[in-house]
Amino acid sequence: MENRKEYEEVSMPRSLRHKDVICFAILAVVITLIPVFVESKYHLIVLNIIGLNTIVVVGLNLLIGFAGQISLGHAAFYGLGSYFSGILTVNYGFPHWPAMVVAMVTTGGIAYLIGYPALKLRGHYLVMATLGFGIIINILMGELEQFTGGHDGLIGIPPLSIGSLTFDNDLKSFYLIWTFVFFCMLAARNLLRSRVGRALRAIHGSEVAANSLGVNTASYKVKVFVLSAMFASVSGSLYAHYITFISPSTYDFYYSIQVVTMVIVGGMGSLWGSLFGAAVLSLISEALHVAKQYHVIAYGVFLSLMLIFLPEGVLVSIHHFYQNRKLKKLLAAEKGGLTG
Amino acid sequence: MGLSEQIAQFIITGLSIGAIYAIVAMGFNIIHNATGVVNFVQCEFISLGGMFMYTLVVLLRVPMFISFFMSMAAVALIGALIERGPIRYARSKEIIILIFLTIGLSGTLRGTAQQIWGTDNVGVPAFSGENPIHLPVGATLLPQHIWVFGVTVLVMLALRHFFKNTMSGKAMRATAVNRKAAALVGVSVDRMVMLSFALSGALGAVAGMIIAPISTTSYDTGIMLGLKGFAAAILGGYGSFSGAIIGGIMLGVLESLGAGLISSQYKDVIAFLVLLLVLFLRPTGIMGHGESERV
Repeated sequence: MENRKEYEEVSMPRSLRHKDVICFAILAVVITLIPVFVESKYHLIVLNIIGLNTIVVVGLNLLIGFAGQISLGHAAFYGLGSYFSGILTVNYGFPHWPAMVVAMVTTGGIAYLIGYPALKLRGHYLVMATLGFGIIINILMGELEQFTGGHDGLIGIPPLSIGSLTFDNDLKSFYLIWTFVFFCMLAARNLLRSRVGRALRAIHGSEVAANSLGVNTASYKVKVFVLSAMFASVSGSLYAHYITFISPSTYDFYYSIQVVTMVIVGGMGSLWGSLFGAAVLSLISEALHVAKQYHVIAYGVFLSLMLIFLPEGVLVSIHHFYQNRKLKKLLAAEKGGLTG
Repeated sequence: MGLSEQIAQFIITGLSIGAIYAIVAMGFNIIHNATGVVNFVQCEFISLGGMFMYTLVVLLRVPMFISFFMSMAAVALIGALIERGPIRYARSKEIIILIFLTIGLSGTLRGTAQQIWGTDNVGVPAFSGENPIHLPVGATLLPQHIWVFGVTVLVMLALRHFFKNTMSGKAMRATAVNRKAAALVGVSVDRMVMLSFALSGALGAVAGMIIAPISTTSYDTGIMLGLKGFAAAILGGYGSFSGAIIGGIMLGVLESLGAGLISSQYKDVIAFLVLLLVLFLRPTGIMGHGESERV
C-alpha cells in the first residue's frame, strides 16, 4: 500500500496532474472573486496578511517539509526583504521594483553565507544557528538607527506601482499580493514535480540513502534554504510597500515560530497545506486578539492541543481519517461478502 | 576606575551570568540526552523559579532557605507533569513536532504566569547581605555573586555524584546511550524520561532563583536566559556536561566584556555572533564529538 502510493507520487499519473491544474484554476477564480464578496476594509487587510504569510510559509515548507531542515530564523529573511526595500526606496530614492529585486538577491546571498556552513550542522545545531541569526538581525534593525529608523521604525515607504496603476489601497494590494501568492505556489509546485523536487523528497526520506544514490544532499539543502529565504524576502518587500511602515517588533523570534507553526498545522510537505496553515493560523491569531490579555495562553493551548492530537497537520489528518473510513468500509464489505 | 579594574569587574559579572547559563544548559542537555528534544519549556522553568521565590519570600514571608527548596520542588513537579501529560500523550514522536509542542507549552505556562503575577519586574532580597565586597584587583563583588558561584559549584558536584554513583543516574545515562538496550536490562525508560524533565525543571528553577536578587525577575525573564542557556549548550557541544560549563562561562564572559568594552546594546549580538562563528569553525561545539544520528 505504502510503496504503491510513493510510486504513484513519483511517476505522477495524468490524473494527478489534472488535479493540480484544477486546484490552481480554482485558486485563480477564488482570488478574482473574493473582493466581490468582501466589503469590509478589515477583512481585506486580514486576507492580505494571509497572502503575505502564505508566501513565507510556502518557501519555508520547501525547506522543512521536503528538505527536512528546521529554521527558526525566517523572520530575519522576511525582515531583510522589508528593510532593504524600505531603506533603498526611502533613504536612497531607489525605484521600488528594482529595490525589491536587490532585496531578494541580497537576502538570498546572506542566506547562502549563513546556510552554507549552517546546513552542514545537523539537527539542533541548525536550529540554534538560525535562531541566533534571527535574533542578531532583529537587534540590528533596532540599533542601526541611521539606516533603519531604530525602534520607532521606518515610515513613508512608497506603495508599489505599475505604470499609472498605484497599489495604494487594500483592494488593489489584495490583487497584487495574491498574484504573487499564485505564482509563488505555482513555482513551488513545478519545482517539486521536477528532478530537484524528487531529490529533496529523497533527502527528507533518508539523507544517507539519497547521498548514496548520487544526490548531492548538502548542495540541495543550501539551495532550498536560499530559495526559501528569497520567498520570505519577496513577501517582506510586499509587506513594506503595502503597510508603508516597518518596525523591528514585526520581525521578532515569535514571527519565526509562527511561520513554522503554520507549516506544521498545514502539514509538512503539503503545498496546499501551506495556504491552509497560513490562513487558519492568521485567522486564529486575529480572532484571539479578542481574548486580549489571554492571547498568549490561548495561542499556547491551541498550538499544544494541535500538536498532541493532529501532529500531521489538519488537512493530512482529515485525509487519513477519510481513507481509514473507506478502508474500514471496504473491509466490512469484504467480510460481509465472505460470510454471505 | 582604570581599565584593568573595569575588565576585572566585567569578568566577575560575566562569570556569574555564565554560571547561570551553565546551569540552564545542563537542563537542556539532560532532556536532550533522554529524548533528543530541545525543551523550550526550560525558559519557563527559570521564570517560574524566580516568581515562586518572589511569592514565597516577599509575599508570604517564608524563610529564604525553605522557599528555595519549595520553589525547586514545585518547578520540578511542573516539569514532571509536562512530561507525564502532553509530551507522553503526543501522538507523534517526531522530534520537530515535540520541539514545537514544548514551544506551545511554554507559551501556555508563560501566559498563565502573566495572568498570575502581572508583567512587572519584581525584586527578591539577596540571600545574605547587600554590602559589596572590595576585591584587591579593584573590582567589587556582591555577596549574591558568591552565592551564585557557590550554588553552581554545588549543583554541578551534586549532578556529577548523581550520574556517576547512584542507580537512577546510571539508569538515565543508559537510557541516553540506547533506549532499547536500557529497557532490556530492566531500566524503566518512561520513568527516566520523566525524571529528566523533573531534574531540568529543578535546575531551571535554581538558575532563576539565584539570579533573581541581582537582576530582578518577571514572568518572562526566562526567555532570554533560556535561549542563551541553549546557546551555551550548543557552544559547548550539545549533550556534553563539561561542554555546558565551558560554553556557559565562555558565553557569559564574552558577552559581559563585549557589553562593557564595545556597546551594551550589542550585548546579545556579540553573544550570538560568537556562537555562530564557533559553530561554523567547529560544527560540533567545543566539547562535542558530533551528534549521533538517530537512523
